[in-house]
Amino acid sequence: MRERILAVIEKNSRIDIHDLAVLLGESEAAVANEIAEMEKERIICGYHTLINWDNTSEEKISALIEVKVIPQRGMGFDKLAERIYQYSEVNALYLMAGGFDFMVIIEGKTMRQVAQFVSDKLAPLDSIQSTATHFVLKKYKDHGTVLSDEIEDERMLITP
Amino acid sequence: MRDPLNKIITTIPPSGIRKYFDIASEMKDAISLGVGEPDFDTPWHIREEGIYSLEKGRTFYTSNAGLKELKDEIHKYLRRRFDVAYDPGTEIMVTVGGSEAIDAAMRAMLDPGDEVLIPQPSYVSYVPCALLAGAKPVIIELEEKDEFRLTPEKLLEKITPKTKMLVLPFPNNPTGAVMRRADLEKIAKIVEEKDLFVLSDEIYAELTYGDEEHVTIASLPGMQERTVLINGFSKSYAMTGWRLGYACAPAVILKQMLKVHQFAIMCAPTTSQYAAVEALRNGDEDVRYMRESYDQRRRFLMNAFAEMGMDCFEPLGAFYTFPSVKRFGMTSDEFVTRLLMEEKVAVVPGTAFGDCGEGFLRISYAYSLKSLKEALGRVARFVERLDREQGGRG
Repeated sequence: MRERILAVIEKNSRIDIHDLAVLLGESEAAVANEIAEMEKERIICGYHTLINWDNTSEEKISALIEVKVIPQRGMGFDKLAERIYQYSEVNALYLMAGGFDFMVIIEGKTMRQVAQFVSDKLAPLDSIQSTATHFVLKKYKDHGTVLSDEIEDERMLITP
Repeated sequence: MRDPLNKIITTIPPSGIRKYFDIASEMKDAISLGVGEPDFDTPWHIREEGIYSLEKGRTFYTSNAGLKELKDEIHKYLRRRFDVAYDPGTEIMVTVGGSEAIDAAMRAMLDPGDEVLIPQPSYVSYVPCALLAGAKPVIIELEEKDEFRLTPEKLLEKITPKTKMLVLPFPNNPTGAVMRRADLEKIAKIVEEKDLFVLSDEIYAELTYGDEEHVTIASLPGMQERTVLINGFSKSYAMTGWRLGYACAPAVILKQMLKVHQFAIMCAPTTSQYAAVEALRNGDEDVRYMRESYDQRRRFLMNAFAEMGMDCFEPLGAFYTFPSVKRFGMTSDEFVTRLLMEEKVAVVPGTAFGDCGEGFLRISYAYSLKSLKEALGRVARFVERLDREQGGRG
Protein backbone atom coordinates (compact mmCIF):
# COMPACT_ATOMS: atom_id res chain seq x y z
CA MET A 1 0.00 0.00 0.00
CA ARG A 2 2.89 2.39 0.80
CA GLU A 3 4.09 2.82 -2.76
CA ARG A 4 0.52 3.45 -3.95
CA ILE A 5 -0.04 6.08 -1.29
CA LEU A 6 3.24 7.77 -2.13
CA ALA A 7 2.50 7.77 -5.87
CA VAL A 8 -0.70 9.72 -5.27
CA ILE A 9 0.47 12.17 -2.61
CA GLU A 10 3.73 12.89 -4.38
CA LYS A 11 1.60 14.70 -6.97
CA ASN A 12 -1.21 15.84 -4.71
CA SER A 13 -0.28 16.18 -1.06
CA ARG A 14 -3.45 18.11 -0.26
CA ILE A 15 -5.78 15.22 -1.03
CA ASP A 16 -7.79 14.39 2.07
CA ILE A 17 -7.57 11.01 3.72
CA HIS A 18 -11.11 10.10 2.80
CA ASP A 19 -10.55 10.62 -0.94
CA LEU A 20 -7.17 8.94 -0.82
CA ALA A 21 -8.66 5.88 0.85
CA VAL A 22 -11.43 5.72 -1.77
CA LEU A 23 -8.97 6.00 -4.66
CA LEU A 24 -6.83 3.20 -3.30
CA GLY A 25 -9.71 1.01 -2.19
CA GLU A 26 -8.41 0.92 1.40
CA SER A 27 -9.91 1.96 4.72
CA GLU A 28 -9.32 5.48 5.99
CA ALA A 29 -7.82 4.18 9.21
CA ALA A 30 -5.31 2.00 7.36
CA VAL A 31 -4.23 4.84 5.07
CA ALA A 32 -3.94 7.33 7.94
CA ASN A 33 -1.91 4.81 9.89
CA GLU A 34 0.50 4.13 7.01
CA ILE A 35 1.03 7.85 6.47
CA ALA A 36 1.73 8.41 10.16
CA GLU A 37 4.21 5.52 10.10
CA MET A 38 5.94 6.88 7.00
CA GLU A 39 6.20 10.31 8.62
CA LYS A 40 7.80 8.74 11.65
CA GLU A 41 10.24 6.75 9.52
CA ARG A 42 11.13 9.90 7.58
CA ILE A 43 9.92 8.39 4.33
CA ILE A 44 7.55 11.33 4.12
CA CYS A 45 9.72 14.31 5.05
CA GLY A 46 7.32 17.17 4.46
CA TYR A 47 4.43 18.56 2.45
CA HIS A 48 5.40 21.49 0.30
CA THR A 49 3.74 23.73 -2.23
CA LEU A 50 4.99 24.08 -5.78
CA ILE A 51 5.03 27.82 -6.41
CA ASN A 52 5.81 29.56 -9.65
CA TRP A 53 7.29 32.73 -8.15
CA ASP A 54 7.54 34.26 -11.61
CA ASN A 55 3.78 34.75 -11.53
CA THR A 56 3.95 36.75 -8.29
CA SER A 57 5.29 40.21 -7.63
CA GLU A 58 7.93 38.67 -5.38
CA GLU A 59 11.49 38.88 -6.72
CA LYS A 60 13.32 35.59 -6.40
CA ILE A 61 16.38 34.16 -7.94
CA SER A 62 17.78 30.65 -7.82
CA ALA A 63 21.26 29.45 -8.54
CA LEU A 64 22.92 26.08 -8.87
CA ILE A 65 26.42 26.02 -7.46
CA GLU A 66 28.87 23.29 -8.34
CA VAL A 67 31.27 22.78 -5.47
CA LYS A 68 34.59 20.92 -5.62
CA VAL A 69 36.03 19.69 -2.38
CA ILE A 70 39.48 18.64 -1.17
CA PRO A 71 38.71 15.84 1.27
CA GLN A 72 40.50 16.21 4.60
CA ARG A 73 41.25 13.78 7.35
CA GLY A 74 38.43 13.52 9.85
CA MET A 75 36.14 15.58 7.63
CA GLY A 76 34.05 13.35 5.36
CA PHE A 77 31.50 14.62 2.87
CA ASP A 78 28.66 14.30 5.36
CA LYS A 79 30.38 16.54 7.87
CA LEU A 80 30.99 19.21 5.28
CA ALA A 81 27.48 18.85 3.92
CA GLU A 82 26.12 19.53 7.38
CA ARG A 83 28.02 22.81 7.52
CA ILE A 84 26.57 23.82 4.18
CA TYR A 85 22.94 22.81 4.52
CA GLN A 86 22.53 24.62 7.86
CA TYR A 87 22.39 27.92 5.99
CA SER A 88 18.77 28.90 5.43
CA GLU A 89 19.63 30.15 1.93
CA VAL A 90 20.41 26.59 0.86
CA ASN A 91 17.32 25.10 -0.70
CA ALA A 92 18.79 21.75 -1.69
CA LEU A 93 22.12 20.00 -1.37
CA TYR A 94 23.17 16.88 -3.23
CA LEU A 95 26.37 14.84 -3.22
CA MET A 96 27.25 14.16 -6.85
CA ALA A 97 29.13 11.60 -8.87
CA GLY A 98 31.15 13.08 -11.74
CA GLY A 99 33.03 16.33 -12.33
CA PHE A 100 32.27 17.97 -8.99
CA ASP A 101 31.23 16.93 -5.50
CA PHE A 102 28.31 18.98 -4.22
CA MET A 103 25.40 20.59 -5.99
CA VAL A 104 24.09 23.44 -3.86
CA ILE A 105 20.81 25.04 -4.83
CA ILE A 106 20.39 28.51 -3.43
CA GLU A 107 17.46 30.86 -3.36
CA GLY A 108 17.85 34.56 -2.76
CA LYS A 109 16.13 37.84 -3.43
CA THR A 110 18.77 39.29 -5.71
CA MET A 111 21.74 38.13 -7.71
CA ARG A 112 23.92 40.16 -5.42
CA GLN A 113 22.61 38.36 -2.36
CA VAL A 114 23.41 35.00 -3.93
CA ALA A 115 26.86 36.16 -4.99
CA GLN A 116 27.52 37.39 -1.49
CA PHE A 117 26.51 34.06 -0.01
CA VAL A 118 28.91 32.23 -2.27
CA SER A 119 31.84 34.55 -1.67
CA ASP A 120 31.30 35.20 2.04
CA LYS A 121 29.91 31.93 3.32
CA LEU A 122 30.47 29.05 0.97
CA ALA A 123 33.85 29.61 -0.69
CA PRO A 124 35.78 30.34 2.53
CA LEU A 125 34.79 27.02 4.13
CA ASP A 126 37.80 24.81 4.79
CA SER A 127 38.31 22.08 2.23
CA ILE A 128 36.28 23.76 -0.51
CA GLN A 129 38.47 23.90 -3.56
CA SER A 130 36.31 25.81 -6.02
CA THR A 131 32.78 26.87 -6.84
CA ALA A 132 30.97 27.61 -10.09
CA THR A 133 27.68 29.47 -9.86
CA HIS A 134 24.91 29.12 -12.46
CA PHE A 135 21.86 31.36 -12.27
CA VAL A 136 18.45 30.04 -13.27
CA LEU A 137 16.81 32.21 -15.94
CA LYS A 138 13.46 30.48 -16.21
CA LYS A 139 11.81 27.42 -14.73
CA TYR A 140 9.78 25.38 -17.20
CA LYS A 141 9.10 22.28 -15.20
CA ASP A 142 9.63 21.53 -11.54
CA HIS A 143 8.94 18.39 -9.50
CA GLY A 144 7.42 16.74 -12.57
CA THR A 145 4.97 19.57 -13.15
CA VAL A 146 4.99 21.90 -16.14
CA LEU A 147 4.64 25.43 -14.77
CA SER A 148 2.84 27.02 -17.72
CA ASP A 149 -0.91 27.54 -17.88
CA GLU A 150 -3.29 24.68 -17.38
CA ILE A 151 -4.09 22.83 -20.58
CA GLU A 152 -7.72 22.86 -21.63
CA ASP A 153 -9.67 19.70 -22.37
CA GLU A 154 -9.99 19.80 -26.15
CA ARG A 155 -11.99 16.62 -26.52
CA MET A 156 -15.49 16.76 -27.93
CA LEU A 157 -18.04 16.81 -25.12
CA ILE A 158 -19.71 13.54 -26.10
CA THR A 159 -18.25 10.71 -28.15
CA PRO A 160 -19.39 7.10 -28.50
CA MET B 1 -34.56 11.87 -60.75
CA ARG B 2 -33.87 8.39 -59.49
CA ASP B 3 -33.21 7.78 -55.81
CA PRO B 4 -29.48 8.37 -55.51
CA LEU B 5 -29.19 6.34 -52.33
CA ASN B 6 -28.51 2.83 -51.22
CA LYS B 7 -31.53 1.14 -49.63
CA ILE B 8 -29.71 -0.12 -46.58
CA ILE B 9 -27.84 3.01 -45.53
CA THR B 10 -31.02 5.13 -45.58
CA THR B 11 -32.66 2.81 -43.03
CA ILE B 12 -29.80 3.09 -40.56
CA PRO B 13 -30.56 5.81 -37.98
CA PRO B 14 -27.80 8.30 -37.19
CA SER B 15 -25.95 7.90 -33.90
CA GLY B 16 -28.20 8.37 -30.86
CA ILE B 17 -25.83 10.73 -29.08
CA ARG B 18 -26.08 13.55 -31.60
CA LYS B 19 -29.00 15.26 -29.85
CA TYR B 20 -27.17 15.59 -26.52
CA PHE B 21 -23.99 16.63 -28.24
CA ASP B 22 -25.82 19.48 -29.95
CA ILE B 23 -27.40 20.75 -26.72
CA ALA B 24 -24.17 20.45 -24.73
CA SER B 25 -22.11 22.17 -27.40
CA GLU B 26 -24.43 25.18 -27.31
CA MET B 27 -24.01 25.58 -23.56
CA LYS B 28 -21.25 27.84 -22.38
CA ASP B 29 -20.20 26.13 -19.18
CA ALA B 30 -21.37 22.58 -19.71
CA ILE B 31 -19.05 19.95 -18.29
CA SER B 32 -18.98 16.46 -19.58
CA LEU B 33 -18.75 12.90 -18.33
CA GLY B 34 -19.66 11.74 -21.80
CA VAL B 35 -16.44 11.09 -23.66
CA GLY B 36 -15.29 7.76 -25.03
CA GLU B 37 -11.60 8.54 -25.17
CA PRO B 38 -8.71 8.88 -22.70
CA ASP B 39 -7.96 12.23 -21.07
CA PHE B 40 -4.23 11.57 -21.20
CA ASP B 41 -2.09 12.92 -24.00
CA THR B 42 -0.28 10.32 -26.07
CA PRO B 43 2.98 9.71 -24.15
CA TRP B 44 5.68 12.03 -25.46
CA HIS B 45 8.13 9.35 -26.56
CA ILE B 46 5.43 7.97 -28.86
CA ARG B 47 4.51 11.37 -30.26
CA GLU B 48 8.16 12.14 -30.81
CA GLU B 49 8.61 8.97 -32.84
CA GLY B 50 5.74 10.13 -35.07
CA ILE B 51 7.37 13.54 -35.49
CA TYR B 52 10.73 11.92 -36.16
CA SER B 53 9.23 9.77 -38.92
CA LEU B 54 7.88 12.92 -40.56
CA GLU B 55 11.26 14.64 -40.28
CA LYS B 56 12.86 11.70 -41.99
CA GLY B 57 10.37 12.04 -44.79
CA ARG B 58 8.57 8.77 -44.19
CA THR B 59 5.46 10.06 -45.87
CA PHE B 60 4.76 7.23 -48.30
CA TYR B 61 2.28 4.36 -48.31
CA THR B 62 3.21 1.31 -46.34
CA SER B 63 2.28 -2.14 -47.59
CA ASN B 64 -1.46 -2.81 -47.35
CA ALA B 65 -1.27 -4.92 -44.23
CA GLY B 66 1.03 -2.43 -42.51
CA LEU B 67 4.70 -1.93 -41.67
CA LYS B 68 6.55 -5.16 -41.13
CA GLU B 69 8.16 -3.79 -37.98
CA LEU B 70 4.76 -2.95 -36.56
CA LYS B 71 3.26 -6.33 -37.36
CA ASP B 72 6.28 -7.97 -35.71
CA GLU B 73 5.75 -5.86 -32.60
CA ILE B 74 2.03 -6.68 -32.54
CA HIS B 75 2.93 -10.35 -32.73
CA LYS B 76 5.32 -10.02 -29.78
CA TYR B 77 2.90 -7.91 -27.78
CA LEU B 78 0.00 -10.36 -28.12
CA ARG B 79 2.24 -13.25 -27.17
CA ARG B 80 3.67 -11.40 -24.18
CA ARG B 81 0.39 -10.01 -22.84
CA PHE B 82 -2.34 -12.42 -23.87
CA ASP B 83 -0.60 -15.66 -24.77
CA VAL B 84 -1.68 -15.86 -28.41
CA ALA B 85 0.62 -16.10 -31.42
CA TYR B 86 -0.22 -14.73 -34.87
CA ASP B 87 2.01 -14.92 -37.91
CA PRO B 88 3.01 -11.34 -38.76
CA GLY B 89 3.18 -12.24 -42.44
CA THR B 90 -0.29 -13.71 -42.97
CA GLU B 91 -2.41 -13.24 -39.86
CA ILE B 92 -2.04 -9.58 -38.82
CA MET B 93 -3.34 -6.45 -40.53
CA VAL B 94 -3.03 -2.85 -39.38
CA THR B 95 -6.24 -0.84 -39.73
CA VAL B 96 -7.61 2.66 -39.36
CA GLY B 97 -8.74 2.20 -35.77
CA GLY B 98 -10.54 -0.84 -34.42
CA SER B 99 -13.64 0.42 -36.23
CA GLU B 100 -12.27 -0.33 -39.66
CA ALA B 101 -11.33 -3.81 -38.55
CA ILE B 102 -14.92 -4.48 -37.45
CA ASP B 103 -16.22 -3.38 -40.84
CA ALA B 104 -13.62 -5.33 -42.81
CA ALA B 105 -14.23 -8.53 -40.84
CA MET B 106 -17.97 -8.38 -41.37
CA ARG B 107 -17.66 -7.65 -45.09
CA ALA B 108 -15.16 -10.45 -45.52
CA MET B 109 -17.11 -13.06 -43.60
CA LEU B 110 -20.84 -12.44 -43.96
CA ASP B 111 -23.29 -13.22 -46.74
CA PRO B 112 -26.83 -11.90 -47.10
CA GLY B 113 -29.07 -13.90 -44.80
CA ASP B 114 -26.33 -14.72 -42.30
CA GLU B 115 -27.18 -13.85 -38.76
CA VAL B 116 -24.77 -11.98 -36.50
CA LEU B 117 -25.26 -12.16 -32.75
CA ILE B 118 -24.62 -8.79 -31.14
CA PRO B 119 -24.75 -8.50 -27.36
CA GLN B 120 -26.05 -5.11 -26.23
CA PRO B 121 -25.54 -2.63 -24.66
CA SER B 122 -22.46 -2.28 -26.82
CA TYR B 123 -20.55 0.02 -29.11
CA VAL B 124 -22.59 1.69 -31.81
CA SER B 125 -20.99 0.29 -34.95
CA TYR B 126 -21.67 -3.47 -34.89
CA VAL B 127 -25.29 -3.29 -36.06
CA PRO B 128 -24.69 -0.82 -38.92
CA CYS B 129 -21.62 -2.75 -40.12
CA ALA B 130 -23.56 -6.01 -40.11
CA LEU B 131 -26.40 -4.38 -42.04
CA LEU B 132 -24.03 -2.86 -44.58
CA ALA B 133 -22.50 -6.29 -45.08
CA GLY B 134 -26.01 -7.48 -45.95
CA ALA B 135 -26.29 -9.66 -42.88
CA LYS B 136 -28.98 -9.72 -40.21
CA PRO B 137 -28.05 -8.40 -36.76
CA VAL B 138 -29.63 -10.38 -33.94
CA ILE B 139 -29.48 -8.63 -30.59
CA ILE B 140 -28.69 -10.43 -27.35
CA GLU B 141 -29.92 -8.27 -24.50
CA LEU B 142 -27.51 -8.43 -21.59
CA GLU B 143 -28.72 -7.80 -18.08
CA GLU B 144 -27.42 -6.12 -14.98
CA LYS B 145 -28.15 -9.20 -12.88
CA ASP B 146 -25.48 -11.03 -14.93
CA GLU B 147 -23.13 -8.04 -14.54
CA PHE B 148 -23.75 -7.50 -18.24
CA ARG B 149 -21.75 -10.61 -19.11
CA LEU B 150 -22.80 -12.91 -21.92
CA THR B 151 -24.21 -16.11 -20.43
CA PRO B 152 -24.43 -19.46 -22.25
CA GLU B 153 -28.21 -19.44 -21.80
CA LYS B 154 -28.62 -16.09 -23.48
CA LEU B 155 -26.34 -17.14 -26.30
CA LEU B 156 -28.10 -20.46 -26.95
CA GLU B 157 -31.47 -18.74 -26.97
CA LYS B 158 -30.58 -16.71 -30.07
CA ILE B 159 -28.66 -19.24 -32.13
CA THR B 160 -30.44 -20.43 -35.29
CA PRO B 161 -29.16 -22.48 -38.23
CA LYS B 162 -28.38 -19.15 -39.92
CA THR B 163 -26.17 -17.84 -37.15
CA LYS B 164 -22.63 -17.40 -38.39
CA MET B 165 -20.88 -14.83 -36.20
CA LEU B 166 -20.85 -13.83 -32.56
CA VAL B 167 -19.59 -10.36 -31.66
CA LEU B 168 -17.81 -10.37 -28.31
CA PRO B 169 -17.36 -6.77 -27.16
CA PHE B 170 -15.46 -7.12 -23.88
CA PRO B 171 -14.22 -5.23 -21.88
CA ASN B 172 -17.41 -3.46 -22.79
CA ASN B 173 -18.24 0.05 -23.82
CA PRO B 174 -20.66 1.27 -22.32
CA THR B 175 -21.15 -1.04 -19.34
CA GLY B 176 -17.56 -1.65 -18.26
CA ALA B 177 -18.38 -5.38 -18.05
CA VAL B 178 -15.65 -7.98 -18.59
CA MET B 179 -15.66 -11.68 -19.42
CA ARG B 180 -13.35 -13.71 -17.21
CA ARG B 181 -11.74 -16.94 -18.33
CA ALA B 182 -14.49 -19.09 -16.81
CA ASP B 183 -17.16 -17.08 -18.64
CA LEU B 184 -15.32 -17.36 -21.94
CA GLU B 185 -14.79 -21.10 -21.62
CA LYS B 186 -18.54 -21.69 -21.54
CA ILE B 187 -19.05 -19.46 -24.58
CA ALA B 188 -16.19 -21.12 -26.48
CA LYS B 189 -17.75 -24.52 -26.01
CA ILE B 190 -21.00 -23.38 -27.63
CA VAL B 191 -19.18 -21.57 -30.43
CA GLU B 192 -17.39 -24.77 -31.32
CA GLU B 193 -20.49 -26.98 -31.06
CA LYS B 194 -22.56 -24.65 -33.20
CA ASP B 195 -19.74 -23.96 -35.66
CA LEU B 196 -19.73 -20.18 -35.23
CA PHE B 197 -17.07 -17.52 -35.67
CA VAL B 198 -16.20 -14.89 -33.10
CA LEU B 199 -15.44 -11.24 -33.72
CA SER B 200 -13.72 -10.32 -30.47
CA ASP B 201 -13.40 -6.56 -30.03
CA GLU B 202 -10.76 -6.21 -27.34
CA ILE B 203 -9.90 -2.55 -27.76
CA TYR B 204 -10.16 -2.07 -23.96
CA ALA B 205 -8.16 -5.22 -23.11
CA GLU B 206 -5.43 -3.32 -21.25
CA LEU B 207 -7.99 -1.52 -19.12
CA THR B 208 -9.05 -4.48 -17.01
CA TYR B 209 -9.19 -4.19 -13.21
CA GLY B 210 -9.47 -6.50 -10.27
CA ASP B 211 -7.52 -9.66 -9.53
CA GLU B 212 -7.61 -11.29 -12.97
CA GLU B 213 -5.99 -10.08 -16.16
CA HIS B 214 -7.78 -9.85 -19.47
CA VAL B 215 -8.15 -13.13 -21.34
CA THR B 216 -8.70 -13.23 -25.08
CA ILE B 217 -11.06 -15.94 -26.30
CA ALA B 218 -8.55 -16.62 -29.07
CA SER B 219 -6.21 -18.12 -26.48
CA LEU B 220 -8.70 -20.84 -25.51
CA PRO B 221 -8.27 -24.28 -27.12
CA GLY B 222 -9.73 -24.49 -30.62
CA MET B 223 -10.74 -20.83 -30.68
CA GLN B 224 -7.96 -19.11 -32.59
CA GLU B 225 -9.09 -20.65 -35.89
CA ARG B 226 -12.60 -19.27 -35.26
CA THR B 227 -11.74 -15.83 -33.99
CA VAL B 228 -11.03 -12.43 -35.46
CA LEU B 229 -9.25 -10.56 -32.71
CA ILE B 230 -9.50 -6.77 -32.86
CA ASN B 231 -7.40 -4.42 -30.81
CA GLY B 232 -5.75 -1.05 -31.27
CA PHE B 233 -3.82 1.85 -29.82
CA SER B 234 -6.61 4.32 -29.08
CA LYS B 235 -7.52 3.36 -25.55
CA SER B 236 -4.42 1.68 -24.15
CA TYR B 237 -1.91 4.28 -25.37
CA ALA B 238 -4.27 7.29 -25.50
CA MET B 239 -3.93 7.51 -29.29
CA THR B 240 -7.52 8.00 -30.49
CA GLY B 241 -6.71 10.73 -33.00
CA TRP B 242 -3.94 8.66 -34.62
CA ARG B 243 -6.61 6.27 -35.91
CA LEU B 244 -4.73 3.03 -35.58
CA GLY B 245 -5.94 -0.46 -34.79
CA TYR B 246 -5.36 -3.99 -35.98
CA ALA B 247 -7.05 -7.26 -36.72
CA CYS B 248 -5.61 -10.74 -36.23
CA ALA B 249 -7.26 -13.75 -37.81
CA PRO B 250 -6.53 -17.08 -39.45
CA ALA B 251 -4.81 -16.49 -42.81
CA VAL B 252 -7.81 -17.68 -44.79
CA ILE B 253 -9.99 -14.95 -43.25
CA LEU B 254 -7.34 -12.26 -43.07
CA LYS B 255 -6.52 -12.62 -46.75
CA GLN B 256 -10.06 -11.58 -47.68
CA MET B 257 -10.25 -8.82 -45.05
CA LEU B 258 -7.07 -7.45 -46.53
CA LYS B 259 -8.84 -7.01 -49.86
CA VAL B 260 -11.58 -4.89 -48.26
CA HIS B 261 -8.87 -2.84 -46.59
CA GLN B 262 -6.73 -2.62 -49.72
CA PHE B 263 -9.50 -1.23 -51.91
CA ALA B 264 -11.19 1.02 -49.32
CA ILE B 265 -8.23 2.32 -47.35
CA MET B 266 -4.95 1.31 -49.04
CA CYS B 267 -2.99 1.42 -45.80
CA ALA B 268 -3.24 2.86 -42.31
CA PRO B 269 -1.55 6.25 -41.74
CA THR B 270 2.22 5.85 -42.01
CA THR B 271 3.09 8.37 -39.28
CA SER B 272 0.79 6.61 -36.87
CA GLN B 273 2.34 3.25 -37.68
CA TYR B 274 5.83 4.47 -36.81
CA ALA B 275 4.54 5.95 -33.57
CA ALA B 276 2.80 2.67 -32.76
CA VAL B 277 6.04 0.72 -33.12
CA GLU B 278 7.47 2.87 -30.34
CA ALA B 279 4.31 2.41 -28.26
CA LEU B 280 4.61 -1.37 -28.35
CA ARG B 281 8.37 -1.38 -27.82
CA ASN B 282 8.57 1.05 -24.92
CA GLY B 283 5.04 1.79 -23.76
CA ASP B 284 4.28 -0.89 -21.17
CA GLU B 285 5.03 1.48 -18.30
CA ASP B 286 2.69 4.15 -19.74
CA VAL B 287 -0.10 1.60 -19.98
CA ARG B 288 0.48 0.50 -16.41
CA TYR B 289 0.41 4.08 -15.16
CA MET B 290 -2.78 4.98 -17.01
CA ARG B 291 -4.52 1.78 -15.95
CA GLU B 292 -3.72 2.53 -12.30
CA SER B 293 -5.10 6.06 -12.69
CA TYR B 294 -8.33 4.80 -14.25
CA ASP B 295 -8.67 2.18 -11.55
CA GLN B 296 -8.42 4.85 -8.84
CA ARG B 297 -11.04 6.99 -10.50
CA ARG B 298 -13.27 3.97 -10.97
CA ARG B 299 -13.26 3.44 -7.21
CA PHE B 300 -13.85 7.14 -6.70
CA LEU B 301 -16.93 7.09 -8.93
CA MET B 302 -18.37 3.94 -7.39
CA ASN B 303 -17.97 5.48 -3.95
CA ALA B 304 -19.63 8.71 -5.07
CA PHE B 305 -22.59 6.76 -6.51
CA ALA B 306 -22.98 4.84 -3.26
CA GLU B 307 -22.93 8.09 -1.28
CA MET B 308 -25.58 9.74 -3.45
CA GLY B 309 -27.73 6.61 -3.54
CA MET B 310 -27.30 5.77 -7.22
CA ASP B 311 -27.35 2.05 -8.02
CA CYS B 312 -24.46 0.76 -10.10
CA PHE B 313 -22.93 -2.67 -10.59
CA GLU B 314 -19.15 -2.74 -10.29
CA PRO B 315 -17.52 -2.44 -13.71
CA LEU B 316 -14.16 -4.15 -14.12
CA GLY B 317 -13.09 -2.88 -17.50
CA ALA B 318 -12.75 0.09 -19.90
CA PHE B 319 -13.35 3.53 -18.36
CA TYR B 320 -17.10 3.59 -17.98
CA THR B 321 -19.65 3.10 -15.25
CA PHE B 322 -23.23 2.20 -16.08
CA PRO B 323 -25.46 3.35 -13.22
CA SER B 324 -29.18 2.68 -13.15
CA VAL B 325 -31.73 5.50 -12.96
CA LYS B 326 -34.71 3.20 -12.69
CA ARG B 327 -35.54 4.15 -9.11
CA PHE B 328 -36.22 7.73 -10.20
CA GLY B 329 -39.04 6.54 -12.45
CA MET B 330 -37.45 8.28 -15.43
CA THR B 331 -36.27 7.10 -18.81
CA SER B 332 -32.59 7.48 -19.63
CA ASP B 333 -33.45 10.26 -22.03
CA GLU B 334 -35.46 12.19 -19.43
CA PHE B 335 -32.70 11.89 -16.87
CA VAL B 336 -29.93 12.85 -19.27
CA THR B 337 -31.85 15.81 -20.68
CA ARG B 338 -32.78 17.21 -17.27
CA LEU B 339 -29.27 16.68 -15.90
CA LEU B 340 -27.91 18.57 -18.86
CA MET B 341 -30.42 21.43 -18.68
CA GLU B 342 -30.43 21.83 -14.90
CA GLU B 343 -26.85 21.06 -13.89
CA LYS B 344 -25.06 21.32 -17.23
CA VAL B 345 -23.49 17.91 -16.99
CA ALA B 346 -23.41 15.85 -20.17
CA VAL B 347 -23.65 12.07 -19.89
CA VAL B 348 -24.80 9.50 -22.43
CA PRO B 349 -28.10 7.60 -22.08
CA GLY B 350 -27.78 3.82 -22.06
CA THR B 351 -30.22 3.68 -24.96
CA ALA B 352 -27.51 5.04 -27.28
CA PHE B 353 -26.00 1.55 -27.06
CA GLY B 354 -29.14 -0.49 -27.63
CA ASP B 355 -32.74 -0.56 -26.43
CA CYS B 356 -31.84 -2.67 -23.42
CA GLY B 357 -29.72 0.25 -22.19
CA GLU B 358 -33.00 1.90 -21.14
CA GLY B 359 -32.88 2.91 -17.50
CA PHE B 360 -29.10 3.32 -17.47
CA LEU B 361 -26.49 6.01 -18.06
CA ARG B 362 -22.97 5.78 -19.33
CA ILE B 363 -20.71 7.86 -17.15
CA SER B 364 -17.09 7.98 -18.21
CA TYR B 365 -14.17 8.35 -15.83
CA ALA B 366 -11.63 9.41 -18.42
CA TYR B 367 -11.30 12.72 -16.55
CA SER B 368 -8.99 14.22 -13.99
CA LEU B 369 -9.98 13.79 -10.36
CA LYS B 370 -10.65 17.51 -10.18
CA SER B 371 -13.13 17.40 -13.10
CA LEU B 372 -14.78 14.27 -11.71
CA LYS B 373 -15.28 15.93 -8.33
CA GLU B 374 -16.89 18.99 -9.85
CA ALA B 375 -19.16 16.97 -12.15
CA LEU B 376 -20.17 14.43 -9.51
CA GLY B 377 -20.98 17.26 -7.12
CA ARG B 378 -23.49 18.49 -9.67
CA VAL B 379 -24.90 15.01 -10.26
CA ALA B 380 -25.32 14.54 -6.50
CA ARG B 381 -27.18 17.86 -6.25
CA PHE B 382 -29.47 16.77 -9.10
CA VAL B 383 -30.16 13.37 -7.54
CA GLU B 384 -30.96 15.03 -4.22
CA ARG B 385 -33.46 17.26 -5.99
CA LEU B 386 -35.09 14.29 -7.69
CA ASP B 387 -35.38 12.54 -4.36
CA ARG B 388 -37.04 15.60 -2.83
CA GLU B 389 -39.48 15.80 -5.74
CA GLN B 390 -40.40 12.18 -5.23
CA GLY B 391 -40.88 12.78 -1.50
CA GLY B 392 -37.94 10.84 -0.21
CA ARG B 393 -36.18 7.79 -1.46
CA GLY B 394 -39.20 5.53 -0.89
